[in-house]
Amino acid sequence: MMNADLLISVPYTWVLALSGVLLAIGILGVLLRRNAITIFLSLEIMLNSGTLAFAAFAMHFAAIPGMEATALNGQMFIFFIIAIAAAEAAVGLALFIALHRLKGSIDVDRANILRW
Amino acid sequence: MTALIFLTAAAIAIIFAVVAVVHRSPIMNVLALVGMFLAIAMVFAIIGMDFLAAIQVIVYSGAILVLFLFAIMLLDLRRVEGIGEGGVFQLLLGCIAVIGLGGAVVFAAARLSPETGAWVTGAEYGTAYPIGRALTGSHLFAFEFVSVVLAAAIIAAVYLARRDR
Repeated sequence: MMNADLLISVPYTWVLALSGVLLAIGILGVLLRRNAITIFLSLEIMLNSGTLAFAAFAMHFAAIPGMEATALNGQMFIFFIIAIAAAEAAVGLALFIALHRLKGSIDVDRANILRW
Repeated sequence: MTALIFLTAAAIAIIFAVVAVVHRSPIMNVLALVGMFLAIAMVFAIIGMDFLAAIQVIVYSGAILVLFLFAIMLLDLRRVEGIGEGGVFQLLLGCIAVIGLGGAVVFAAARLSPETGAWVTGAEYGTAYPIGRALTGSHLFAFEFVSVVLAAAIIAAVYLARRDR
């Protein structure tokens, strides 16, 4: 267990800033790549940036007396986000296998049957 | 010292995230993603969330990444594409969106006052004990419901990926 006095020198805004940078990188991947697996991977990066934002505020509220329950709720959210991300990964990758079987490629530009 | 470790972990996470998004080979993308997940686990450990650091390593670096590698090797991707090959318009719009959205979040984070600091009063706020108490107490319904969601996801995955339909 980490000692409380070890935790002084990291402000929660730093964690939040890291979360923002990772979110930007994830958006970049979703918008600029056409390989479905890489797009999916960028989604995972964005989910991780979400968990980091929750972690930043949980860390912040753990420092305020009387707000410990709120800090614990933040960690609960991270736990559930990770669980949902696992479910999402299973379904998404199954979708890509089905898509690959249908089109012979997972280039999202080629999955355009619904195009108007 | 803690700040230095945090900045190192953050730099590793950002570098690996960029490689995961930009590199042409899907295998390299996934392996870089493992590095990013481990760096984020490091951040969790630094800010005192031991339990979540362990969960991050076990679930993300363990389970989800193995799924990714399975899918990539199953799909046998011959043609790889790099970034920005979807046309100048896509590249331009993507960069505008990234600078706008990402910049807004970083700007908002920078404007928050860090004066309240990161003091942790109850030093054990991130260990398995309080989290386990909350999971089987106040969050019991959500905890049980996640198992239903996971079961539904497994059934959906098996249905989607079956061979003859």
